[in-house]
Amino acid sequence: MLNTFMQSRLRGLVVLALILIILPAFLGNPFHYELVTQMAIIAATVVGLNLLVGFAGQISLGHAGFFGLGAYFTGIATGTYGWSSVPALVVGAIVVGAIAWIVGRPILRLKGHYLSMATLAVGFIIAIILNNERALTGGPDGMPVPAFEIFGWELSAFGSYSLFGIDIEGFQAWYIFASVVLLVAVWFALNLIESPIGRALRSVKGSEVAASVVGVNTAKYKSLVFVISAIYASLMGSLYAHFQGFITPAVASFEFSILFITMVVLGGMGSTFGVILGAVVLKLLPQVLADFQELEHVMFGLILMLTMIFMPKGLLPTLTAFVSKRMRKKAGGEA
Amino acid sequence: MLAEFLQYLFTGITIGATYALIALGFTLIYNASHVINFAQGEFLMIGGMATVSLTAMGVPMILAVVLAVILAGILGIALQKFAIAPAKQADVVTLIIITIGASIFIRGIAQVVWGKEYHVMQNFSTDQPIQVFGAVLNSQSLWVLGIGAILVVGLVLFFTKTLIGKAILATSMNKEAARLVGIRTQMVLMLAFMVSALLGSVAGIVVAPITFTSYDIGIILGLKGFVAAAIGGLGSGVGAVVGGLSLGIVEAMAAGYISSDYKDAVAFSMILLVLFFMPRGLFGAKVVERV
Repeated sequence: MLNTFMQSRLRGLVVLALILIILPAFLGNPFHYELVTQMAIIAATVVGLNLLVGFAGQISLGHAGFFGLGAYFTGIATGTYGWSSVPALVVGAIVVGAIAWIVGRPILRLKGHYLSMATLAVGFIIAIILNNERALTGGPDGMPVPAFEIFGWELSAFGSYSLFGIDIEGFQAWYIFASVVLLVAVWFALNLIESPIGRALRSVKGSEVAASVVGVNTAKYKSLVFVISAIYASLMGSLYAHFQGFITPAVASFEFSILFITMVVLGGMGSTFGVILGAVVLKLLPQVLADFQELEHVMFGLILMLTMIFMPKGLLPTLTAFVSKRMRKKAGGEA
Repeated sequence: MLAEFLQYLFTGITIGATYALIALGFTLIYNASHVINFAQGEFLMIGGMATVSLTAMGVPMILAVVLAVILAGILGIALQKFAIAPAKQADVVTLIIITIGASIFIRGIAQVVWGKEYHVMQNFSTDQPIQVFGAVLNSQSLWVLGIGAILVVGLVLFFTKTLIGKAILATSMNKEAARLVGIRTQMVLMLAFMVSALLGSVAGIVVAPITFTSYDIGIILGLKGFVAAAIGGLGSGVGAVVGGLSLGIVEAMAAGYISSDYKDAVAFSMILLVLFFMPRGLFGAKVVERV
């Protein structure tokens, strides 16, 4: 039983890896690569957010604040103060994790959607600071961020590299890097879900009272998963800043936070691969809807509403339920 | 010195009254359905924008206001009937995302119909400001406060004196029990959305001459209303009014005496302080959860 479950868990990861390996065959130009690389970084962020939403039953309306803080920490530390990329990324994640702990610990002891209000507030405060501290952040105009650099070796989307004797362009190298990051992010999330922490979290989601009765310190686990999801956001924000080479306070905006949480709910709360699908769909949709020009927002809102009304469990869970029902029917018909 | 203080106080109370009306709208829907309605700000926008464009077409002011409020009311009912009611099996989080979708949709339509520009609405009465101890009071502020007070009194009467109001209260307290005594809860939910939309649109209309109006004004006003409701204790009517007024005043004082750049941060810092030190808000009921 456990064995087959392990296999199914790995199967998802293998399928994702295969998709990421095959995908470049369909990517025609640097713009496509840029879009898919952004998708991978954002997908990894929502995989982290999903841990909070799907397994602690709490929503964050300010995750872009953590994402933005990671991005700006990297931008300021590497750009203004000449830090190397990895220390900047790690220290940024520690700072963001600490903020999440300070905010989450007292609030997650309460019942109800208080965390959503607190995260909304934290996200806004971060965005307001990034907009106003012009000397540090460049204000609303944003700031440039140096290329990702490790052991003196730079990874720029505009460079040219040689990997195992094959010449590749910078944007292709970034695609490979982001793909590996996404796979690691998913692998870590899946392992966390199957760990004792994950079991405790699922019990919190099922019934917080029952969980606390059997001795699970629910507030501690909820705070822990909140911190982990914030760290995911910070790390991805740092990478995003390096990849884009330029950041503005929009990365920390409320709209961006709403986009993150929408990706989770649309794709399927609690489904790691579902939320990746959510990220892909919501990142592609504006590209597709751009043809509608001024009706773009109308269409976007309408699609969002209709999907949630008719597929309240989210895209992937609904689709898999549909497919397995069809397969069962088919199998029943043949027998 | 006094003049300066009074000036900030007038500004604060005026915008605070608007926040209070928005917060009341949130509270109504939250109590009836536990949904945080992120489309609440769009009711304000519809109220203000429809009034501006109707008067521009030559419709008399009073008729334009009535039509705009009716339009918002219909929108509120439609939101409940076509977006929230069909998804009744869904998680509350899913319902919240539906209201986000609805707000993007409504905003999108408003942008197509009315464009992206700011629109100016005339003061209801004189443009001549009133001088009070050296401070300047916009005559429209009196309208905001007067109409706000009338609406609050009206709501109190509605909930305590009328059968429909009591039915809404009963449903928000216990939906199953309400259904058992013969209250049509689906009807009640629709009513809650309608009343909430009416409140929002009136707030949007009275404040429009002060803040101007545009297709995207609902985002930040709606959020401030939500903050006010959270400060007051989400679900409490008194809390919504006190939360709205105090948010407005603190914000205006902070903008005046500290920094206008960080004016918006005040609202969100207040939420955090309230959550840390009195998590049920100023007036939130102590929730007893049944297992």
